Amino acid sequence: MKALYSLFLVFALAAIALVGAGALGMERTFGLYIPFLAAAVFVVGFCWRVVQWGKSAVPFCIPTTCGQQESLPWIKQSTIENPSTTTGVVLRMLLEVLLFRSLFRNNKPQLYSDTRVRYASSKWLWLGALAFHYSFLIIFVRHMRFFTEPVPAFIRGIESVDSMLQIAAPTLYLTDLIFITAVTYLFLRRVVVPSIRYISQVQDYFPLFLILGIGLTGIFMRYFAKVDIMAVKELTMGLVTFSWKVPQGIGVIFYVHVFLVSILLMYFPLSKLMHMGGVFLSPTRNMNCASRKFRHINPWKFENVHYHTYEEYEDEFREKMVEKGLPVEKPL
Amino acid sequence: MSTLPRPEELYANINHTPPKTDWMDVPVDIKPGRYCYAANPESLNYVGFPHARKWNPLDEDWKLPENWKEIIFNGIRERLDKYRSFKVFMDICVRCGACADKCHFFIGSGDPKNMPVLRAELIRSVYRGEFTTFGKLLGKFAGARPLTEQVLKEWWYYLFQCSECRRCSVFCPYGIDTAEITIMGRELINLLGLNIDWIATPVANCYRTGNHLGIQPHAFFDMIDFFCDDIEDITGIRPEPQFNKKGADILFVTPSGDVFADPGTYTCMGYLILFEYLKREYGLDVTWSTYASEGGNFGFFTSHETMKRLNSKIYMEAARLGVKWIIGGECGHMWRVLHQYMDTLNGPEFQSPNMIVPTNPITGTVFQHAASTKMIHITEFTADLIKHGKLNLDKSRNAGIHLTWHDSCNTSRGMGLFEEPRYIARHVVEKFTDMPPGTIREETFCCGGGAGLNAGECEELRMMGGLPRASAVKYVHEKYGVNMLGCVCAIDRAVLPGTMKYWVPEVSVCGLHELVGNALVIPGEKEREVNLRGEDLPGKEDE
Ligand code: SF4
Ligand code: SF4
Repeated sequence: MKALYSLFLVFALAAIALVGAGALGMERTFGLYIPFLAAAVFVVGFCWRVVQWGKSAVPFCIPTTCGQQESLPWIKQSTIENPSTTTGVVLRMLLEVLLFRSLFRNNKPQLYSDTRVRYASSKWLWLGALAFHYSFLIIFVRHMRFFTEPVPAFIRGIESVDSMLQIAAPTLYLTDLIFITAVTYLFLRRVVVPSIRYISQVQDYFPLFLILGIGLTGIFMRYFAKVDIMAVKELTMGLVTFSWKVPQGIGVIFYVHVFLVSILLMYFPLSKLMHMGGVFLSPTRNMNCASRKFRHINPWKFENVHYHTYEEYEDEFREKMVEKGLPVEKPL
Repeated sequence: MSTLPRPEELYANINHTPPKTDWMDVPVDIKPGRYCYAANPESLNYVGFPHARKWNPLDEDWKLPENWKEIIFNGIRERLDKYRSFKVFMDICVRCGACADKCHFFIGSGDPKNMPVLRAELIRSVYRGEFTTFGKLLGKFAGARPLTEQVLKEWWYYLFQCSECRRCSVFCPYGIDTAEITIMGRELINLLGLNIDWIATPVANCYRTGNHLGIQPHAFFDMIDFFCDDIEDITGIRPEPQFNKKGADILFVTPSGDVFADPGTYTCMGYLILFEYLKREYGLDVTWSTYASEGGNFGFFTSHETMKRLNSKIYMEAARLGVKWIIGGECGHMWRVLHQYMDTLNGPEFQSPNMIVPTNPITGTVFQHAASTKMIHITEFTADLIKHGKLNLDKSRNAGIHLTWHDSCNTSRGMGLFEEPRYIARHVVEKFTDMPPGTIREETFCCGGGAGLNAGECEELRMMGGLPRASAVKYVHEKYGVNMLGCVCAIDRAVLPGTMKYWVPEVSVCGLHELVGNALVIPGEKEREVNLRGEDLPGKEDE
């Protein structure tokens, strides 16, 4: 049901763009105003959210330690999983952000008869997530050729590697394939695995469909509808140089694509997609594990904390202590 | 108390397929055997917790204060500002489910609300509805729901089905620590007086007498004295521990569970033997304290503030006695508190400037990694002694034991203490076999009774939660003949014997220093016939 809602929602959005930019001829709105607004919402919203998080205190040093601590010199420390230096912490974060280290650890318990539980390694989610995020990144970088003139060499480089197989004209990008496969996997996983379906919400399906919609419209545009690339570039360059103009005859599918992207940009700061920013702020990963070596300072104070002092303790138990010959501060 | 099903029955009933109904529409069903009794109001009052009253989780009416919602909302608001962890963890979960099947309570019970992600969603859904624009506008569509009494009951039930073991956090791509969320959740429901007695009463005891069990100073003395009698019987040598001694070099603090119940008591005897040995051989000057007679900190299971209040005694006592540094015993969450909170909480306020960076006077080792807290773990201390050849160990006395190692959650995921205990273990027993990867070290499983869930009435929950641990033990028992499960946590020593008896009856549980105590040859001791448990030593059975 939740998946259907989300699918319907994405269709509705596509329809809005179809009608708006197509039948109603609102090309300026869908080609310039909305994307610009979306980009602004994204940037401002993203920063605002990160600043909001940053404003909250980090009162305690609470990293999750995933390896041997620094202790005696002859015991080998796990310097990345249980770092006690800044370099270690940075490496730990890099492994997490670039290679999804924690997901790589994933395993699956299996219940056998005779009260046995076994664990099998399960790397599919890791692989799917990695494929999804990296192909998304490459596609994003490739798109920069629409916003740059001349197009920087590294973008051209990425493009030529990406179209290595030289299939079809225009040549097929490998990342397009990987991207669609990965998104489909991530979606299927949500509907097929019962426990994952149980925890999934509209908010989980919606971005998946939205991103899939963006991917499919993009592919359709490039390989089938074959929109006028020069005209598109004219529009996008106009957008970034603020000399806004809308060339004729780009084709309505382009506006659908751009509209979905705009929705994604605006939805981003409001949603779980903010994990992109949040991953850097997670205290369990980005803190130094040497909390016995260096004092971590809590910026706020506990108020009205009462302690049970030794004096009060001795006052209550003095007699019994003296009887046992335990030392006391004040004699009976 | 409920009756516990047989292991095979319990096992056969585990079903990991969740119901068809949306989880928000499944009402909470508080099952006997899976929840703990409500806190005794006297205990809550003793430490000044709000809204102490008699109530029963099974009753319809929980006698909540009139403005309970406001209290919760204000509590959430305050914590969002004070703890970035809480705020970030409320916002960035993508519900990928990597953590879902990592919780021992989910593996063992199949209850979908024991999936860490869903446990967190119980709170997150309310947060979304009340604190985010999106949630306010779109309601259920955005995964939000209003806070109702039903929801509160669900919080209570599932917050006390989390042992704050942090295993889920290891697998989460963002390090989301459901234990951290549970801590906040428990703080919140504490504002309404909704604690459980197995936590509240130890907290009150600890505040008053210095330890969770409420052992008063004279009784504490007697209990240790009683161990000294036993040690004298076994070795011919009587340890003479010092109590509350001003001017001692080192303060020793261990969980009071070790003084109270088997098999922790044998571990305690191990400490006594070790310190006596070091006193006789090298003149080491260690004192125990009756005032700071608790390493564990049940305050951690109620609120940060209570944790601070209970923890303060260790530094206060160290300062009063004028010791140079502190050794801590084999305890689980004591070490999480010590490693990640103690110095921040009480260092500036109570730590005496006269303390020095812990330095082993016998080996000369300076424990630089504890430079600020001035407190080291006893296995760090003992491992260092062994490395320098300072202990005379006869591991043949543990020859009947084939040991495997249970990494306790808190020393693992809140500290990273893995090699020190294994190093010691290999020097005091002949046969040592680790459990399979994926069940040890940072991926270790909880005993199922951490964070205050060791009450008699929630035994069924504990057996469910203990299944993954027990299953790994069973594997090495059947494959290699392992018959002893070692650990460095007093809760483990209290919980695991029952869990083993239930799932793998052939395996017993011990602390590490029990084995050290068995192996250590004290100069002038008589020939030992029995181990610290009073069982015949291998080869001595027939004499
Ligand atoms: S692993 Fe982390 S992000 Fe994934 S569902 Fe669990 S808490 Fe959420
Ligand atoms: S902290 Fe431990 S008990 Fe709590 S949800 Fe995570 S795995 Fe389960």
